[in-house]
Amino acid sequence: MPGDSTRMSSYARSVMSVFLKDWRSELRTRYAMNALLMFVVTTIAIVLFSLGSEGAPSDALSGMLWTVIFFSAMSGLSRTFVMEEERGTTFTLQLLAPPSAVFFGKLLFNLVLVLGLNAVTILLYLALITGFVIQTLSIFLVAVLLGSLGFAAAATVIAAIIARANTRGTLYPVLSFPVLLPLLLTVINATRLASEGAYFQEAYGEFQILISYIVVVVVVSSMLFEYIWKD
Amino acid sequence: MTNALTLSGKGLGKSFNGRAVFHDVSFSVEEHQTLLITGHNGSGKSTLMKIICQVLTPSAGHVQVGRADSAGDGGRDLFGFVSPYLQMFEEFSAMENLAVAMGIRGRQWNKREAAALLERVGLDPDRDEPVRTYSSGMKQRVKYAFALLHHPPVLLLDEPAANLDAEGVSAVRSIMAAQRKAGILVVATNDPGDVDTPDVMVDLDARR
Repeated sequence: MPGDSTRMSSYARSVMSVFLKDWRSELRTRYAMNALLMFVVTTIAIVLFSLGSEGAPSDALSGMLWTVIFFSAMSGLSRTFVMEEERGTTFTLQLLAPPSAVFFGKLLFNLVLVLGLNAVTILLYLALITGFVIQTLSIFLVAVLLGSLGFAAAATVIAAIIARANTRGTLYPVLSFPVLLPLLLTVINATRLASEGAYFQEAYGEFQILISYIVVVVVVSSMLFEYIWKD
Repeated sequence: MTNALTLSGKGLGKSFNGRAVFHDVSFSVEEHQTLLITGHNGSGKSTLMKIICQVLTPSAGHVQVGRADSAGDGGRDLFGFVSPYLQMFEEFSAMENLAVAMGIRGRQWNKREAAALLERVGLDPDRDEPVRTYSSGMKQRVKYAFALLHHPPVLLLDEPAANLDAEGVSAVRSIMAAQRKAGILVVATNDPGDVDTPDVMVDLDARR
């Protein structure tokens, strides 16, 4: 129906405009990008210094990679909602768009940030950490893509929850850890399989868990977001 | 049956953490009418305004807005809102703020119309500086352009003359007169003199 397609294109424009607003704002302030980048460099340097020239088993190196990604992401991903709250523009957005359009626009922005963060982290990690080699690239790429989407989805809704709290700085990683734990354990396992040269089929179980996690988090978050956002 | 726009609230109440701000507030206004909301500081004027534009959920009662043939079709685009606590996106210029707002509303962007509106509220549409460099009076003028660009049938003004000089107040009076001709005007103020002839009044001091 023409009315439905008009509503859909209006909704899609709304989602893209929330994303573009945040993206242009980030390009001007570089607040989240700088925080993420500084954290990545610092944590990889710590890993590098602690390992020295000695290697570590592939499961330990896989775990450390995602530890770097988790704590780096925690330093920047909450900005998308915290910034609106600090500047008083939450009410402005509430006037302009339905809650779900704000959620998906912010999710898109966080997804782009996480993909950028992961690309930088992985390249630095591969270049600097002795003994970390990816033997099955296909497993690693799928794990990183699905892991990024799950990460962005959970981080976005948690950011919306903590944005109105007084102790938002400490609350974000504390609240995120239990929610992200199933995702972290699965991507760490998939990364270990990729570094050990497993066949692609051997990682199907991990991919199924990641896809299920993403579906559950995105659906539940989009349903709950209106209550978090409105009052 | 007429197709007039109506805005009504029935039995509205709001509590925060068990503390009642106001209770049992009712009103009804039609197209070309003005609703004036008065009350001292803390009486809940801004809360009631947020409930009317459906950003805040009332603890009791309900708001209905729409035309007679589609009653209850209340949506964000029906409302334009100006208030001291409404903040623009300060890293963008006035024109960029209007473009962002229309995009997030899911509407088509018309730069020529936006430029004419900025001139109407006394701002230079070619000024590229971010809004954070504007004076408080200029920011208030941006808010008027922000509220009017999508031609809302209901215009809500919370403390309409805040931060404005005499020229700005005169522009606001002209905007209020134009809104009365085009739709419904809702004004919340400490100074009832801001509105010449309200059609309906709600005194929140009597609803505590």
